[in-house]
Amino acid sequence: MLSLREKDRPIIQKLLEAGCCGRCILRFCCIGTQSAYRLSTEDLQKELNAFVSSTEATAAAPPQSETNTHTPSDDQPSDDPPSKRIKLDPDSSEDGGGSERVPVVTMGPPADGTETPVCVCVVCLGVLQDFCDPHFAKKISEAVKSEDYAFEDLVLSVSLPAQLSVREHSCWLHIKKEVREKAMVLDKEDVIQVNKAFKWAIQGMLSQELKVPVVTKSPFEVAVGFIHPDTDADCHFLAEACSDCFKPTKNKESVFTRMAVVKALEKINDKRFLKEYPCPPMRPQAACVAQDTTCLHVSAFVAGRYNKFSRTLPQTPWVIDGERRMESSVEELIVAPLLNAFKSDSFNFSSSGREDVDVRTLGNGRPFAMELLNPHRSKFNKMEVRRIQEEINQSTDKIRVRDLQMVSRDAMSRMKEGEEEKTKCYSALIWTQKAIADEDIKFIANIKDLEIAQKTPLRVLHRRPLAVRQRVIHSMSTRYRDPHHFTLQLKTQAGTYIKEFVHGDFGRTKPNLGQLMKAEVDILELDVESVDVDWPPAIPE
Amino acid sequence: MEISEQKEAPSVIDRYYTRWYRTDLKGNACEDHCILQHSNRICVITLAETHPILQNGQSIKSINYQISAGCSRLNNKVSGKSKRGGQFLTEYAPLCRITCTDGKEYTIFSCIRGRLVEVNEDILTRPELLLEKPSTEGYIAVILPKFEESKSVTEGLLNREQYEEVISKRANQQSEPC
Ligand SMILES: [Zn+2]
Repeated sequence: MLSLREKDRPIIQKLLEAGCCGRCILRFCCIGTQSAYRLSTEDLQKELNAFVSSTEATAAAPPQSETNTHTPSDDQPSDDPPSKRIKLDPDSSEDGGGSERVPVVTMGPPADGTETPVCVCVVCLGVLQDFCDPHFAKKISEAVKSEDYAFEDLVLSVSLPAQLSVREHSCWLHIKKEVREKAMVLDKEDVIQVNKAFKWAIQGMLSQELKVPVVTKSPFEVAVGFIHPDTDADCHFLAEACSDCFKPTKNKESVFTRMAVVKALEKINDKRFLKEYPCPPMRPQAACVAQDTTCLHVSAFVAGRYNKFSRTLPQTPWVIDGERRMESSVEELIVAPLLNAFKSDSFNFSSSGREDVDVRTLGNGRPFAMELLNPHRSKFNKMEVRRIQEEINQSTDKIRVRDLQMVSRDAMSRMKEGEEEKTKCYSALIWTQKAIADEDIKFIANIKDLEIAQKTPLRVLHRRPLAVRQRVIHSMSTRYRDPHHFTLQLKTQAGTYIKEFVHGDFGRTKPNLGQLMKAEVDILELDVESVDVDWPPAIPE
Repeated sequence: MEISEQKEAPSVIDRYYTRWYRTDLKGNACEDHCILQHSNRICVITLAETHPILQNGQSIKSINYQISAGCSRLNNKVSGKSKRGGQFLTEYAPLCRITCTDGKEYTIFSCIRGRLVEVNEDILTRPELLLEKPSTEGYIAVILPKFEESKSVTEGLLNREQYEEVISKRANQQSEPC
């Protein structure tokens, strides 16, 4: 079952003596059979002990048969916990470093009657021992279940203490000769990695508990992490040996990241390493501590168009000096039912341009998209999305949403593409100081593709750079209302500041409507009539 | 759209800016300045309507933003959102000097602490803007106070009511027989 071969014997012997756990031994023997890692910690230990204690003559036979014929534990009751029966003598490596002898295996409980705990592995610091058992799998599963996510599969990610790489390297140097003898082609890269072995051991149990496959790529990630503060100092000698690998970075609390340690280990020569670090590694006092299991689902994206019918509703929450200026916002009205349906932690809202608090958006509305982060629900069919849209629309009469749909992250960027080249249509209520007749404003409709130069408006200058932007007013038309009012319809290049085009902003937009009309004018109301962006696709009612 | 009943709608300045004043600048009678502060803290410096330049048919001979041999407000350049590189002005920093055809020269001051964002170059080629539309197209300069000073910069200034009081007192004094 373990598919161990005669050439593995010296490797296994040396690793057992060094205090390696069963799964780490399989790893260093480059055993790529996943099922071997699923054996219980005890059974695996038993089989390995049997393998090394069998004679040269019988070694070629399958390990199982050796267990049956040669295991010293044969005469023990089989339901006894094997950890009590088989235990490596912790002192066996003291004088046996280079010897070829079989490690001493102690049998049964110690003479004083106390339970001797299984030694913590010198390489994986226990990650591939107790943490590979059904109890820990259950603990992970319970943590996942308690978060109440909907998912069809999951990817397991494992974060290990950086010093595991140092210990791995030390152990590799310890048995390098024997591994190379086993096969010419094997190298350190062929050793099965700890996180891989951990996943092989545990993912079947997780899959059974959670009733979904554990795969290598999934939108749902379950992260398990281990720390071992007692041995954090293992890495420190590397900082002196390879100082260039450990540059302090802003958001990392320690320079000894796994990446940096791996890089340093690639650079350091064997002689220097062996001078600075014990080979094999020192035996640890206790096993790793598991950190809380965390879950993360990739973002969901929705898009649509919104109308805004209120002149007292900002697009996003309006806060000045930490104080809320207006109740609610377009963003909040749209997102509340979405957050609720997707059971999402937070969101990012973006739209094709934005309107001022006192501007309405009519017509087909303004395209918007929303990223819903870490959604606990992410699969919705068209009917369900429509129902969410209805919920938004029933919750308020200040806005209305249409064309709500699920989109991909890539599709979202299309909304921002070529935004400058798009056109927008507006309708503005204009006030004139001097009395006007219908004839006085007729000339405006004859102005085509008027180029204007706009300095950054004073009202946004505090948060935007000062610049002069060229914009085009493609066409305009007028509707006379009374001697002091008319409606101005405009089709403009996106990014044109309409209010400033009308009142001139202290003459900083040139030409402006006041100059064209040779009159004092002001803008009283403004509506966006259309945003000519053909995304997201329309959804028939 | 409903047309509001109001015939004279409040102007852009009334809606978004607060008017502040500094009168008799540097002890020179009637040299009053107006500071329009936007709700976003941006300030526009203009002549107050009582400034001597705007009285009884004055005309302008020249406007000069070169306030000393080494310093011209026309060289002011700002970049980025934080307006890096803009000249930092204190309350009595001169912005420009205006000479009228009667030979009198007036200095226009910053009135508030802040970074100079821009000066109005249009009045150099069309000085009549200063006379015809002193509080809009004839503005002098735009200044951005420091964020933390956006409230305190106007502390020493007069509000509209106080300014009107000063003006009416001035009128009374002038009408009193000497
Ligand atoms: Zn191990």
